[in-house]
Amino acid sequence: MAQINVENLCKTYHVGVRDPGLGGALRGLFQRRVREIVALDKVSFSLARGELLGFIGPNGAGKSTTIKILSGILRPTAGRCEVNGLVPWEQRIAHVARIGVVFGQRTQLWWDLPIIESFELLRDIYRVDATAFMRTKDRLIDMLKIAPLLDTPLRQLSLGQRMRCEIAAALLHGPEILFLDEPTIGLDAVSKLALREFVKELNRTEGVTVILTTHDMHDIEALAKRVIIIGNGKLLRDSSFESMRSEVLGERRLFVDFAADNGDIAIDGATIRARDGRSVEYAFDPARTAAHTLISRIAASHDVVDIRVEDPKIEEVIARFYTLHGAVES
Amino acid sequence: MTALPYLAILRARFVLMLQYRAAAWAGVGTQFWFGAIRVLTLVAFYAGAGKQPLNLPQVVTYIWLGQAFLAMLPWAPDAEIAAGVESGNVGYERLKPVDTYLLWFARALAWRAANTSLRAGPVFVLAALVLPLTDMADWRWRLPSSPTAATLFVVSITLTALLSSAITVLLNIVTTAVRTPRAASFLMGFTNLFSGLVLPLALFPDWAQPFLLWQPFAGLADIPYRIYFGALAGPMAAKGLAAQALWIIVLALIGRWWLDRVMARIDMQGS
Amino acid sequence: MNGTALYLRFIAISLRSEMLYPTAFMLRLVSQFFVTVIEFGGVWVLFARFNHVRGWTFAQVAVFYAITSIAFAIADGLSRGFDSVGPLLIKTGNFDRILLRPRSSALQITGRDFALSSVGRLAQGLMALGVAISLLNPDWGVAQWLILAWAIAGGVSLFFALKVLEGTLAFWTTEGLEIANTLTYGGEAAAQYPLDIYASWFRKFLIYFVPIGCSLYFPVALVVGRAASGVPPWLAVLTPATGVVFLFIALAVWQVGIRHYTSTGS
Repeated sequence: MAQINVENLCKTYHVGVRDPGLGGALRGLFQRRVREIVALDKVSFSLARGELLGFIGPNGAGKSTTIKILSGILRPTAGRCEVNGLVPWEQRIAHVARIGVVFGQRTQLWWDLPIIESFELLRDIYRVDATAFMRTKDRLIDMLKIAPLLDTPLRQLSLGQRMRCEIAAALLHGPEILFLDEPTIGLDAVSKLALREFVKELNRTEGVTVILTTHDMHDIEALAKRVIIIGNGKLLRDSSFESMRSEVLGERRLFVDFAADNGDIAIDGATIRARDGRSVEYAFDPARTAAHTLISRIAASHDVVDIRVEDPKIEEVIARFYTLHGAVES
Repeated sequence: MTALPYLAILRARFVLMLQYRAAAWAGVGTQFWFGAIRVLTLVAFYAGAGKQPLNLPQVVTYIWLGQAFLAMLPWAPDAEIAAGVESGNVGYERLKPVDTYLLWFARALAWRAANTSLRAGPVFVLAALVLPLTDMADWRWRLPSSPTAATLFVVSITLTALLSSAITVLLNIVTTAVRTPRAASFLMGFTNLFSGLVLPLALFPDWAQPFLLWQPFAGLADIPYRIYFGALAGPMAAKGLAAQALWIIVLALIGRWWLDRVMARIDMQGS
Repeated sequence: MNGTALYLRFIAISLRSEMLYPTAFMLRLVSQFFVTVIEFGGVWVLFARFNHVRGWTFAQVAVFYAITSIAFAIADGLSRGFDSVGPLLIKTGNFDRILLRPRSSALQITGRDFALSSVGRLAQGLMALGVAISLLNPDWGVAQWLILAWAIAGGVSLFFALKVLEGTLAFWTTEGLEIANTLTYGGEAAAQYPLDIYASWFRKFLIYFVPIGCSLYFPVALVVGRAASGVPPWLAVLTPATGVVFLFIALAVWQVGIRHYTSTGS
């Protein structure tokens, strides 16, 4: 049985509309006009226990709406949703006791309290058994390397340090599901890597189901085998990332640095994408011409200083996917 | 030096205020409720009382005027400044290519004018026009006692706006100098009492009257309202207006001098 | 940890946070004291000129004033969290975090902000009570003091309920603060004088529509020796219970507000 089951989820917002300028503001005193926004349009998917899902889409596509519904703080307009057998917004207290949520750039820890005291307060709020708490807490402190930070109040920590403490805080009560909403935003490179490592490890050894929402495609690359793409409120894709990549933008790139300026740099089986002096970028379809064939062809007819083969950047793949499906930022 | 930036500030303040539709209506409701309670309380006091420096209709009108023009008083420093002090960004005020004192004064004036114009109208409609139609006509807001009184009132309430702005700027300066956003809140009690909002100054003990007239807060409410219904007329009215003008000048000069010193320190130290 | 223990924990944390900035705290406390003392001073000045209002003397009115102030101060200190629901929680999106915790939202909000500075108003109320007693010289026994304490409890429940309703408004409009002031401060203003000085229609309004009168007027009038006409003593003593009932109603309305919030998002 799936741990998370979402069926035909719909959500429509009603937003007040006001005309601009002084006249509009005066009119706004007396009448209220409303605009309908369809945030989710029959979204369905299910997740098994222990999966690690990447959730992506343009801004305003409906990602955070879905996360909010799954976590129980928003009611859908229509559709069904069960998490661990519970309906999130109907059985709020029972449901939230079993999930952990991390919002990037927002913290649930208390500003003036030393981290360890925030942790203890959370233990009391979540009614965690004392021995279980000690075990979990110590393990998290160890895995996230936050031992030196425990006696510092939150306001004195850097963003990277805060995020590590934030993740620990979300896991103190041993939730079965962890929602991560843009967790790497604003973090420096080292912190990002550490965070990804941690999430991967957590998912692997503890079997915690993870749903990750992010704009940073390297997070997806590093973590998510399965990806769901939401655009304009609709579910556009639910598959592994690799299968999407090969469908959407299967081509590969060949970068060649020639030894000398050559007039003729055209190569059979590849098209030229860009040229900068002696450096040329080609695109080719690996299904028709293998990389090594191309390399041999070039090396046979030219003197070459350097060659490398790359896949298109993941951002490019996603952007192309959005374009193909008309998924725009809203 | 053109007035354009300052007019722009005034306009922006209006639009901002009108955006908060619920707050606008709620504000009127609040004023009306507090006015009603005060009126009914004083009605109870006046029942069976002898002759007083102000008669009941005058006191009732005074209370309604107080509610309508409540936003005119210098209740708190500019919210943006208080926030700036907390975040340490007050120095950014100096980035604007206008004189800081005039800027703050214009902002304070815009705030007073916008807030008041939004509230005064509806309270007037309810208390002066609707109330007489009910059987509570005795407790209505009455019209000025004479055309002269009305004119002098307009002059006086304009002076009130300027006086209030000068005091607000002083509050801004205190907040900036002390670097705590709530430094000025203890002044609220004094503002309440000495402006006459807690009780018309004329109802205070007789021996206190001369002092009460010449203290700076009197011009915020008591003087214009008494001019309105003629309790201050002729030479007394002139004295009242003079008192207002005097305090505007004095407080503006103090404010200007003090602000220069505070800002000089900020320019040196960065915050 | 059960609800009460958690609530006390919250209060302890709130106090510690407040004490981190002692000057700001002292300023708030002192200014509250000043502002409320000056208001009381206004009442004194009124009586200096008029001597009495519908037969009530200054000392008697001071008892009403004091009991209302004390009840309001306690309620204010406990319910400050509801003041800032709109600007601090809903506008910033931090209210979601409250819903993500497996605890009652009202409990969490109450615990967020324990306003120790309300001691300023409490001090004023106690001072006013002291003035009243020294002027009245009443012979109050245990029964009278118990009734006064019970009246305060009813008043605290009532003002707390009004604050909860004020917070609930924030679910519908983040600019609802001012009308809420009508409920809370307006309620306090209404109860400061014995209700029978007002015309009967207004008195009825204050008793039945917003039951301020019930919790405070009847029992205090009984203790001061001028019981409300037509109200037997046993009923006067019972009336503070309406404040408690009102609190339960307010909490139910709060739940409606939560439902609205989760339906419309932020």
